Amino acid sequence: MRTPEQAVVPLLAASDLTARYGRVVALKGVELRVDEGEFVTVLGPNGAGKTTLMRALMRTAARTGTIRFRGEDVSALPTHALARRGIILVQEGRGLFGQMTVRENLDLGAFTRPDRAAGEQRLGQVFALFPRLSERLGQMAASLSGGEQQMLAIGRALMAEPKLLMLDEPSVGLAPRVAVEIIEALGALNRGGLGILLVEQKAPLALRLAKRAYIVTLGRIAAELDAASIGSHHDLAQYYLS
Amino acid sequence: MLGVGLLGFVMLNGGYLVTVLGLAAIYGVFCTGLNLFMGYTGQASFGQSAFAAVGGYGTAILCAGHGWDPVAGLVVSMAIAGLLALVVGYPVMRLRGHYLAMATFALGLIVYELSVEWSGLTQGYMGYAGIPPLGFAGHELGTERAQLGALVAIMLFGVWLAERMKSSRFGRALRAIAGSEPAAMALGIPVSRYKLAAFVVAAVYASAAGSLFAHFIGFISPEVFGVPMVVLSFTMLYLGGIGTIWGPVMGAVIASLLPELFRGLKEMQDIAYSVVLILMLIFVPGGLAGLLRRLARKPT
Repeated sequence: MRTPEQAVVPLLAASDLTARYGRVVALKGVELRVDEGEFVTVLGPNGAGKTTLMRALMRTAARTGTIRFRGEDVSALPTHALARRGIILVQEGRGLFGQMTVRENLDLGAFTRPDRAAGEQRLGQVFALFPRLSERLGQMAASLSGGEQQMLAIGRALMAEPKLLMLDEPSVGLAPRVAVEIIEALGALNRGGLGILLVEQKAPLALRLAKRAYIVTLGRIAAELDAASIGSHHDLAQYYLS
Repeated sequence: MLGVGLLGFVMLNGGYLVTVLGLAAIYGVFCTGLNLFMGYTGQASFGQSAFAAVGGYGTAILCAGHGWDPVAGLVVSMAIAGLLALVVGYPVMRLRGHYLAMATFALGLIVYELSVEWSGLTQGYMGYAGIPPLGFAGHELGTERAQLGALVAIMLFGVWLAERMKSSRFGRALRAIAGSEPAAMALGIPVSRYKLAAFVVAAVYASAAGSLFAHFIGFISPEVFGVPMVVLSFTMLYLGGIGTIWGPVMGAVIASLLPELFRGLKEMQDIAYSVVLILMLIFVPGGLAGLLRRLARKPT
């Protein structure tokens, strides 16, 4: 007999994920899972390996280990093939094309989804989420404010029709009010069924929405917290202080 | 406007300037192709002269040696250059920055050496003479002016094609690669494949320019496709404005005309030319196309 838990294929499952920069091991033996429609956050102090974890998952950093996406072993796939499968990363620093317009950035988001009608529909959804983007279409991405740039980065990622949206510290450098706005937009996307893996330094912000949290320190998963234990996040401090 | 006026003036007056503008149009084709790879895709190639040599020698051997029609010689040479770029580019496009520059530079040197040493095919140092002028289906373009007209038309077609590519999905992907390779990859763009495609397209443009040169001058030698060609094309790209549609052409025209402008200065000619180039690179960093765009944005 299969238990219901075993029957469910996770959206993303990484096991024994290890990444090195030269001889320095930045990530060691990480086990991580995101279920369909789940909102998971990765927390941890600066330099713990959170960004490396994202880059290892997206294979923009060299890594070993196994990654399964909806049951398929995607460990050997190159970055662009992962994106085509629906794993989309909003990278640290946003990774926008500054010398291209907002519209061009959004169009590039839809690179793997050339169907125009579907693209227009997704564009409408992006504008509904971030109305300000629709007013800036002809502007160079570099000329946007920090908050608008983050909205564009997320909007561009949504144009790719992600099945799993990964974000690396989207709130960095933003005014608190704008950061909350961004996180709430992610919450709305998640309620629409999108699986989200969010890396954050600002734990309280991320924990408002996440069902589960991984705590990363020194390149390892130090703890995994579920919704129940997240409530009393006094314990969190110990990982940041150690 | 200025371009049309200049062309009209030269067409009416004829003379040496027809040759100068013809060469400018040929370099316009070369630089427009190079711009796709260096300007839009943000990669470095110091070896485009190799593909111009393929075009030049292809045309010389097929048209002068075997009596082929110029158009057939042009097209077949372009195909060979494209194929060569594909084969060479496949391993080389994995390199980045300085390494890519060095590898492509080596390609230019290898092809140069080949054109010198493989004299059975290329007639070596002495060069290949007696290449017929441009023509189509048996009709030669007899006068230099008619050839200039054809060259300008071909160049404009090349620019038009480049503009179409730039604003296509393909062109957007190239510009994304120039912006950030990891970001482009993360959006599903197969970066190596697109770099290779841009390299091949640039090679095909370079080959066309080489063929046109062979027809226009009627003579080629290894020196024509040497390092000076690479240096000159870079000057044109940065002078005109790299990464813009009209920049390469403007750069080609200006860099061709400037030496003529200073002809009266005799031995000071090269110095004056260099000084103007340096001043322009310092004070007009976006190139002429960038300057014009800035002026258009700020109407006085």
